[in-house]
Parts: sequence; C-alpha cells; structure tokens
Amino acid sequence: MGRLFDFMLPDNQSPLTADSTDGLFHFITEVSFILLVGITIALIYFAIKYKRKSEDDETPLITHNNTLEISWSVIPLLITLVIFGWGYSGWLNLRSVPDDAYEIHVNAFKWNWGFNYSNGAQTLNELHVPKGRPVKLVMQSRDVLHSFFVPDFRVKHDVLPNRYTYVWFQAEEAGEAQIFCTEYCGTSHSNMLAKVIIHEPDEFETWLETNGGGVSGSPVEQGEQLVSLQGCKTCHSLDGTKIIGPSFKGLFGKQETLSDGSTVTVDENYIRESILNPGAKVVQGYDNVMTPYEGRVSDDEISNIIEYLKTLK
Amino acid sequence: MANHSATHPAHVQHHFVDSDQQFESAKLGMWVFLVNEILFFGGLFCAYIVFRAWYPELFTQAALELNKLWGGVNTIVLIGSSLTVAMAIRSAQKNQTKGLRINLLITIALACVFMVIKYFEYEHKLHLGIAPGSFWNPTPEILHELSDPRANIFFGIYYMMTGVHGLHVLVGIGLMIWLYIRAGKGHFNSEYYTPVEITGLYWHLVDLIWIFLFPLLYLIE
Amino acid sequence: MAVAETKNLTTLQVKRFKPSDNPTNTYLTDEKGLWAWMTTVDHKKIGLMYLGAVAFFFALAGFLALALRTELWTPAKTFIEADTYNQLFTLHGAMMVFFVLVPSIPAALGNFVLPMQLGAKDVAFPRLNLASFYIYVFGAIFTFISLANNGFDTGWTFYTPYSSDANSAGVIWVTLGVFILGFSSILTGTNFITTIHKLRAPGITWGRLPLNIWALYATSIIQVLATPVLAITILLLSMENIMDIGIFDPALGGDPVLYQHFFWFYSHPAVYIMIVPGFGIISEVITTFSKKHIFGYWAIALSSLAIAFIGFLVWGHHMFTSGQSSVATTVFSFLTFLVGIPTGIKILNWVATLYKGSIDMKTPMLYVFVFLFLFTIGGFTGITLGALSVDIHLHDTYYVVAHFHYVMMGGTLMALLAGLHYWWPKMTGKMYNETLGRISAVLIFIGFNTTFLPQFVMGAQGMPRRYYNYIDQFTIFHQTSTIGSYILGVAFLIILYNLMKSLINGEKAPANPWNSRGLEWQATSPPDFHNFDHTPVIIHGPYDYHQPMEEFQLGLAVSHNGHGDHHEVTTDETEKA
Repeated sequence: MGRLFDFMLPDNQSPLTADSTDGLFHFITEVSFILLVGITIALIYFAIKYKRKSEDDETPLITHNNTLEISWSVIPLLITLVIFGWGYSGWLNLRSVPDDAYEIHVNAFKWNWGFNYSNGAQTLNELHVPKGRPVKLVMQSRDVLHSFFVPDFRVKHDVLPNRYTYVWFQAEEAGEAQIFCTEYCGTSHSNMLAKVIIHEPDEFETWLETNGGGVSGSPVEQGEQLVSLQGCKTCHSLDGTKIIGPSFKGLFGKQETLSDGSTVTVDENYIRESILNPGAKVVQGYDNVMTPYEGRVSDDEISNIIEYLKTLK
Repeated sequence: MANHSATHPAHVQHHFVDSDQQFESAKLGMWVFLVNEILFFGGLFCAYIVFRAWYPELFTQAALELNKLWGGVNTIVLIGSSLTVAMAIRSAQKNQTKGLRINLLITIALACVFMVIKYFEYEHKLHLGIAPGSFWNPTPEILHELSDPRANIFFGIYYMMTGVHGLHVLVGIGLMIWLYIRAGKGHFNSEYYTPVEITGLYWHLVDLIWIFLFPLLYLIE
Repeated sequence: MAVAETKNLTTLQVKRFKPSDNPTNTYLTDEKGLWAWMTTVDHKKIGLMYLGAVAFFFALAGFLALALRTELWTPAKTFIEADTYNQLFTLHGAMMVFFVLVPSIPAALGNFVLPMQLGAKDVAFPRLNLASFYIYVFGAIFTFISLANNGFDTGWTFYTPYSSDANSAGVIWVTLGVFILGFSSILTGTNFITTIHKLRAPGITWGRLPLNIWALYATSIIQVLATPVLAITILLLSMENIMDIGIFDPALGGDPVLYQHFFWFYSHPAVYIMIVPGFGIISEVITTFSKKHIFGYWAIALSSLAIAFIGFLVWGHHMFTSGQSSVATTVFSFLTFLVGIPTGIKILNWVATLYKGSIDMKTPMLYVFVFLFLFTIGGFTGITLGALSVDIHLHDTYYVVAHFHYVMMGGTLMALLAGLHYWWPKMTGKMYNETLGRISAVLIFIGFNTTFLPQFVMGAQGMPRRYYNYIDQFTIFHQTSTIGSYILGVAFLIILYNLMKSLINGEKAPANPWNSRGLEWQATSPPDFHNFDHTPVIIHGPYDYHQPMEEFQLGLAVSHNGHGDHHEVTTDETEKA
C-alpha cells in the first residue's frame, strides 16, 4: 500500500512493533500536510487579493469571531486527542513483551555493544536473533548513557548504568538490520554501530551451538578472542596506528612516558592495573577516557590477554 | 522631563512619576525576586525529597550526626532577627532613625551569631571527616555509625542546602551593614524607606527557608 | 464595583502632537563616548548593546554551524577530527541557546521597545538592567575560559554521567558560565514584570496592551519561574564535577535520570522563553503591514499565558526513551498536545488578520510570511514527536534536529529578523534598502528549507543526531543540507551588509515610516533620551486601524489628578505641532 510519505520511513522488518508507529506517523504527516497546504494557500491568496493599493486604504474592523475561534480550537483538540490515544496504545505495545520472548543480555560500553546469550555465547557488535520469534533485550550500560536504536524495528531505549532497561521486537525476514547508539557518549559515538543478524530459526540454533561456551583454546587464543569480545580493538589498534588509546603492537616491554612525566615499563602488572583501573597511569598524549574493567574480567582472563599481547611484536 | 523633575523629591528616580510608584515597583520587584529564590531552593528540596524517598534509612541514620541543639539555637536566633528587622522597618516608618539603627545592629549581630554557630558545626564535621564528595574521609567511629556507603549523598545535600543558605545570610549581613551606614547619613524617613522594607522582605525569606531546612535535615526520626 | 468605576471615570482634556521627523536631540546624541555607553542605564542603549552581543554570538555560532555542515559533506572525516566535531556542535548548541535565542528578543528588542510601548521613560530598574547585561558578558567570558581549558564536548544538554567525568575542567567553567548567565535572564524577567505592572502610561489598560507586551509578560514569568531551577541544577552539576557530591552520578548512588528531569524542567520552558516573544513581534508586524485590527486579541494574549503555564508541565516529553516512569510518560505526552493547541490558535488568528486587510509586502512582512510557513511545519512536526510510539522511533534522530531548527530558527529567528527590520528605523533613525531586504528574506527561505527539509527525511530513516560519521545511504541528504546552509550563510551576510550600509549612508527615517498605530512609533526616530517629551495619554487600543491616525499621535493630558491610575480619557482637541 503506497502512502504519500512512504519515502520517509525505512524498511519495516518487525511489523509487530512497527505497524502502529508507521500508521500513526503517516496519519499525522498527511493531516499536517493538508493543513499546511491550506494555510499556505490562504497566505498567498490573501497577500495577492488584499495587496495594498494606496496608503489611504481603509480596512474593516473585525475583532473576533467566536464560532470560528471555538471551532478551530476544539477540532484540533479532538484530532490531537485521537493522536494521543493512538500513540499511547502503540507505546503500550512496545512496552509489553510477549511471554515467550527469547532473552538476550546487552552490555553497552564506550563504544561497543556486547551481547550475551543464554548458553554462554558472546558476540560483539553483532546481534544474532531467530526469525519469527519475539526477542527481548535486557540492557545495561557499563559507563555513561547510551541508547539502543534499530530503525527497521522502530524500537529505541536508553541504556543506563544504574538500572536495567529493555526493548523487544520480532523480525520477520532473514537478513540484517542496523543498530545505532542514539545517546551521545563521546569521541566515537558515531562509530558505536552494530548489526542485527536475523537467522532462520534452525540456522539460529546451529549458530548458538557452534558459538556456545564462550572463549576456548590455548591462553594466547583465548586472549585474542577476549580482546575482540571486550571491544579493546575499538580504541587500541593491532598494527601500530594511534586511535584513541596506545596501539597494542609492540606494547609489551616498551617504556612509556606517563602524563605526569614519569616513565613506566609495560609489564604484566602495568597491564593488569591499566585494565582494572585505567585512570591510574595514563600514557602521555592520551586522554583518560577508558572505562574501568574491574568486575568485568576475571584474573584468568587478564592473564590470557597479557599472554596474547606478548605475541604482538 | 522638566515638567516632572521640578516636583520630584531627591530620592525618586527620573523615570518614576512619583514616590508611590517607585515604592510599589521596588516592592513588586522584590516579591518577584523572592519567588525566584523559592524556585532556586525548590530544586534542592526536590533533590532532598527524591533521595529521602529512595534511601529513607540512610537519612534517619545520617541525621543523627547533626547537632539538634545547635540547630535549634540557630532557628531561634534567626526567628529573633526576623522580629528585629520588622522593628527596624517600623522605626523607619515612624521617622525614628536611632531605633532603626539599633534594630539593624541587633539583626546584624544575630545573623553573625548564626554564622558563627554554623561555622562551628561545619568545623566539627570536617574534623570528623564528614566532608562533601571527594573529601569524604570519616574516622573509623563515624564509619561504624554510618554504615551506608551512600552516606555522602545525604551530606552532599546537607552541605549544598546549608551552604547556599549561609551565602544568603552573608549577603543579608552585607545589605544590612549598607542600610546601617545609609541610616546613619539620615537617608531614610517615613517618606522613603524602600530599601529597608525590601531588605526586610529578603531577610524574612532567608529565615523562612531555614525554618524548613532545620526539621528536614536535623529532625528526621 | 459599579460605584468604583464611576469614581475613576474622570474626563480629561488631551492635546495631541505629531512627533517631529527631524529630532534635534536623540538618545544616540544625548551622551557620547565609550564610557557613556558602558555606564548607561538607558534601556534603549542597553537594548542595542544586547543586540550587538547577540549578533556577535550568532555570527560565531552560525560560523560553527557552517563548519559542522562542511564536515558532514562526506560520511567519514572531511576536514576535522571527531573530538573537534563534538566540541563544535556542543559549542554551537550552547551558544545559540544560552547566548543567542534566550536573550535575543526579550533583552535586545524587548529592552528597546517595551518601555516605549508602555509610554514609560525606562524600565522599572534601569541599573539592574545594566547589571543584567554585564552578567551576560561575564557568563560569556567564563565560556571562553572553558574553551581555553580543553573545552567541553558534552552536548549543550550536559547529560550526566558523561558530563560529570573526572577530567573536565572545561565543563566546570562552562557550567559556571551558564549559571551566571541565568541571573541575567532572571533580572530581565523581574524588570519586565514590574515595569508592565507599574509603569504603564495613563490609559493603557490590560486590554490595550500591545500583544508584544503580553508576549514579553508571559516570557518574563517563565524566566523568573524556570531559570532558578536551571541555576541550581547547573550548580549541583558543577559541584558534581568539582568534588563528586554524587547526586547525579550513578557510581556514587545518584541518578542520571534525575538530572534530566531537573535539566528539562528549565530547558523545556526555555523553549517558550525563546519563541513566545517572537509571537509578540509577529502580532505587531502583521497588523501594521495589513493595516488592520488584530483578529482575536484576547485569544492571542491569553494563549501566550496558557503556553507559559502549560509549558511548565511538559518537560518529560524529552525523556520518553530515558527510563522515566510509565505514568509520567503518559501524562507528559497528553499535556504536550494541550500546549500545542494555543500555538495553533495563534497561527490561525494571524492568518485571519490578513483577511480584508491592506497588505504591504515590505521586508518585515515578508519575514512574517516566512515565519508562518516555517513555524507551522515546526509545530506540526512537534505533534508528530509528541505522539508516544512515533517519538520512540524519532527521538534523538535528525528529525528532532530539523524540528527544533524549524521552531527556533524558522520561528524565533524569523520573528527576530522581522522585528529587527521593523524597528530598525526607530532604533537607528535610518532606512535600509528595501530590495536587498526582500532578497535576503527570500534567500533565507530557500536556504532554510534546503538545509532542514532533508533532515526530516533522513531522521525518519534513522540517522541519529550528534554523529560525526554516518552510513553511506544518508550522504545525499547531508550534502543537500550542507548546500542549503551555505545559502543561509550568504543570506545572513546580505542582511549584515544591508543594515550596516543603512547606518553609514541610509536614508533618514521619518518618525513613523510604516504608519503604525503602535505607541513606540509616536516618538521621534531615533527617540529622545526620555522616549517621549511628556507622559502620553492613551485613548485607543494599539490595533485600532479603523480610527484616524491623528488620534494616535502623542497625547498630553491637560489636567488630571495624580499619576499611575488609569482613567477613561476623551479627546476634545487635536492639534499638530
């Protein structure tokens, strides 16, 4: 069904959450458009018809007209009440998660999205979901405010550091959808993107099984997976380029000058401290922007990450 | 405005028609300013209400660290000063410059007593390490009594509220010293006492705010 | 009641004078030299100084906007780094809101016009008025100190906990700056309320107040009631930054959503501080240039007050996705629609005023037409954003960016330009070039829509705001928008040139070039230091275009008993000086 303002909205991949929103958006935009055209025509018509002929023009005294004024107050009021009710019901639907929803935990942190699945699988910046089944995301931030937004599903909610928030949707077509962060969160806010990957239901089960159980392999391999999963690479390059933090390449064993002028050798203890409490010793030329990982990585995981960093010569 | 300035008394500014209009304007302006002050403190009261609703035990526990006796004394001191400032206005209206000066002096003295007591309260708390925000460093005994890790939120609010109020008291002292000097020069009489009147209004508000602060902070049971 | 009315009904004899077209002494020639300007308590000079300062910050923040649009020409880096971009959009927003939009109409044009429209010699507290200007300057200096201290990149909303991070000296300075600036706004509001209540000339009853005064009155109420809450919020935020008092910081037990409530409790009414005085200007200009009585005087006057009061109860509509309670969300959405109604009423009243008028499309009127078109779009898209489910999708996207630019720039700024071109001859005594004026209005209309219409589309498509990089599909919208912003830049340069040129060699302005019935036009251009050379007596409403012009010329009461009381007045003598 083609509507006048269809070109404004993105694809609708989750009709259960998007249909009411879209309908209301079209309704308001179309009514507004008609009224705007009416007002514009009136403006232009009056400007031409009643153009000043001479400085001595006389105009009639029209102070007010109760019927007209009451009608153009009450009719818009009624229309807006309809809009309110429509918007309210659509919003209630967005807030009411179906009982059989599949639950995924979301960790937002500068500037990545981490997703944890019930069987222990973890992904970074890729949200895998089954098609045709409601999915509930339980979200929390580890640092500042973020906001989870998928335009194709018409869902959005802020992600806060001190409480859980949630959204739900049900994707109806296999494929991909874009995730944005819509609450300003600093330098790389605009790079805090992720993809929803929508699988056929059985394909999703297979994907879960192959990726379940978290990281595995030798310490170095585990470290490598952790560096990816924890989003370290967003700020620390592996090839020597300077992004937001110092590059990991050749980092271990190097002498670094700190912001207070003192020097430090990058050893196991320095790396450990920098992961748990990054603000303690900041390398000169970099800002103190990293989120502390205290409570987010275990001692074993830190050891594995250090083993991996040693291999990046 | 030759036709007006001829009839203007010295204290009436050029843009007012007469003394009454000037007095009325000043008074209305002050009331508008007081509404604004109430909204300003209103923000702090809101923060207080929200956190007290969230952490009721914390507030009961932390309030025990405040000294009810000295808080109470301060309340009486401020109420007394409100009375003397009202008497100062009365004296001005009756052309009693001497009475005006004496009453202003008593008000200033009471306001200073308030600040001195406040100083000792602050001093005692800082000594125990009950300081705002990052200076929070309580002694072990205090830490034992104040087991709640969010205790510094209560004291954050306490210091903000009493601190901003204290600043208002200091401003009031300054204003009254200025009035005292002007009264000495004979600036005020029954025809013109606008500054005394509006400073009095301000002082009543400062007093009123303390009357709310005292039970909210000190008397939590 | 009836007895009291008869008692007050004193018949006065009124002499009428036509203001001179060639004043010998004006407020501009009264006292000269920098020092005289810096220490002046004349509301007209203070208004001009505000106008200069606002124009300076507008140029600065506008220049930043062009830099931002240029950076957005390509999806990745075009010419500045992400951190710079984040600082620039923050600075653009903060300056436009706090240094331009809030003071623009009330403190610059309002200061100049308000006492004149009331027939007063000055505002009630001239020294406070000057103090308010210096407080404004002082607040601005703090912002520049902040820029020298690493600047700030928090967005103009200063959301915690991002803004309360440890290493943010720049944020401390700028928040203190905004704190100080608030007092300038409070003083202006206090001054205006008192002036409107107490300093009206004889004959100006509440029913004869120009609608511009009603609008400024409503604005002042908001300034006085809302700004102190901003002050305390910003003070708490500064304390959070300086010593972690923990009220807004979740790590210390505080709450970021509480900060948002506090912030929007001011910042939503602040939107009305910016737009309501614009409504006042529109009413003045539209009646003058259609030579017609305003349609629905009371509807327009009272809807300003209604907006002022309901405007206090809708702040939560900025927080539909924030995690505030469901009940709050529902109530805020409902009230948001209620505040839309009085605004719609105003627009229809203005259109109805044109009916059977005598419409002269001079520059100010052209800006009013631009205003009516752009602001209507701004209003309608506000309805879209007020609808709960739709707002979930559109919140924090470019749709919101486009919406508030349509309201703030298409609304407030167009009204400001209309007012500036309308009162320019009164303020400076010079006429500007009419053709250039019209060209700039048309260019602004084209440039504005080219800049911001595409933003509605890309916002609805999902483009989030405050993005340095963007995904490729939005490129075409961003590039169109950037081109539009350059057109806008050129249009503003033309306005600047036109107005500056009029100062240097503009034609001399007569006392009342537009044949307006407004009281301010019955003074000379530029006015005398005391505005009028005697207290005027008013016998007609400001929009009584059906009455002969002579009756609007300055009235001097021959005999009346006392001042300040407002008497029924009749004329019996008309005389031209």
